[in-house]
Amino acid sequence: MEKTWNNKAWFLVLPVLVLVAFSAVIPLMTVVNYSVQDTFGNNQFFWAGTDWFVEILTSPRFWDALWRNLVFSAVILAIEVPLGILIALNMPKHGPGVPVCLVLMALPLLIPWNVVGTIWQVFGRVDIGLLGYFLNSLGISYNYTQNTAHAWATVIVMDVWHWTSLVVLLCYAGLVSIPDAYYQAARIDGASRWSVFRHIQLPKMKRVLLIAVLLRFMDSFMIYTEPFVVTGGGPGNSTTFLSIDLVKMAIGQFDLGPAAAMSIIYFLIILLMSWVFYTVMTQSDAEQS
Amino acid sequence: MSFSWMAWTLPTAVFFITIFALIAAMGIWEFFSPGGGPRLGILRFETTRGDRLFVSLLGSAFIHLAWLGLGGPSLWWALALSVVYAIGVFRFV
Repeated sequence: MEKTWNNKAWFLVLPVLVLVAFSAVIPLMTVVNYSVQDTFGNNQFFWAGTDWFVEILTSPRFWDALWRNLVFSAVILAIEVPLGILIALNMPKHGPGVPVCLVLMALPLLIPWNVVGTIWQVFGRVDIGLLGYFLNSLGISYNYTQNTAHAWATVIVMDVWHWTSLVVLLCYAGLVSIPDAYYQAARIDGASRWSVFRHIQLPKMKRVLLIAVLLRFMDSFMIYTEPFVVTGGGPGNSTTFLSIDLVKMAIGQFDLGPAAAMSIIYFLIILLMSWVFYTVMTQSDAEQS
Repeated sequence: MSFSWMAWTLPTAVFFITIFALIAAMGIWEFFSPGGGPRLGILRFETTRGDRLFVSLLGSAFIHLAWLGLGGPSLWWALALSVVYAIGVFRFV
């Protein structure tokens, strides 16, 4: 039977289009307009052309922040994804332990970002913080406000603490959806624990894992609040990620033109990454079906 | 209703009109030839006309940025390269 095409259905998506226009398209258009002009406030603008883009693209400050952001995202993905899988595999599938584990896992996700930052800011302090005081009493001269490696370690551990739960919950949802028949067949075949994971659990978790990787990459690439509250981008600029640098430029220095140009470059990088992940996800779905 | 807060300029207005015209043209194309024209191209996965437009626009943006970062402020050659790239995407992807 031939498919009927009814383009009147497009009117049903009109409310969403209007909402997206006001919440995303119009602000984005304004940022594009700002990126080619200079302003000192009072709605007065001076044409700058592509100067701000050239300034950003040739600035070591931008490339350093981008590099730090990519390293940060790679490190947290390398930690959170395997750790999330490991925890999900070891969570109970039946019994009273299930709700307890789920609530415990969900707790860090319910805490607002600035509160997480404040918790770790206090936790890591050498004078009153439990972590800082404990490490120093062990003879480790830990101080995240002065040492770059310590600041990075603190920010990474904080992110792992906050967001591994998301990977766990997604993986767990994938795991509990596997029918028992698969495990029974594996037992009959005498499959090892690794074989069960490699040939049953991992393929069934593939889709949720891709979603987890996409979400965690996007979120870590746009991270602002937690590192800003803990380290303020320091010591020096060692934990200044793109979003922190952007806010410093736009609000701290009131350089709205360069900040707008940087926003567009930042947006394009995220758009490219999202498209790559989306394509991989949809292709993986197509292969499975 | 004043839009002065949006800081419009003629070049940015032309840029957005072009983008919206492209999207409208895609809508008209879809109206007369529904289904999106899916096909398997050199990327070895199925793409529709909309996908190809998106890849063209995104790639063009990066071509312009690369030109600004490595070449110079004049973007005419970057524009020409982007048009060639978009034709390539619509032909082979």
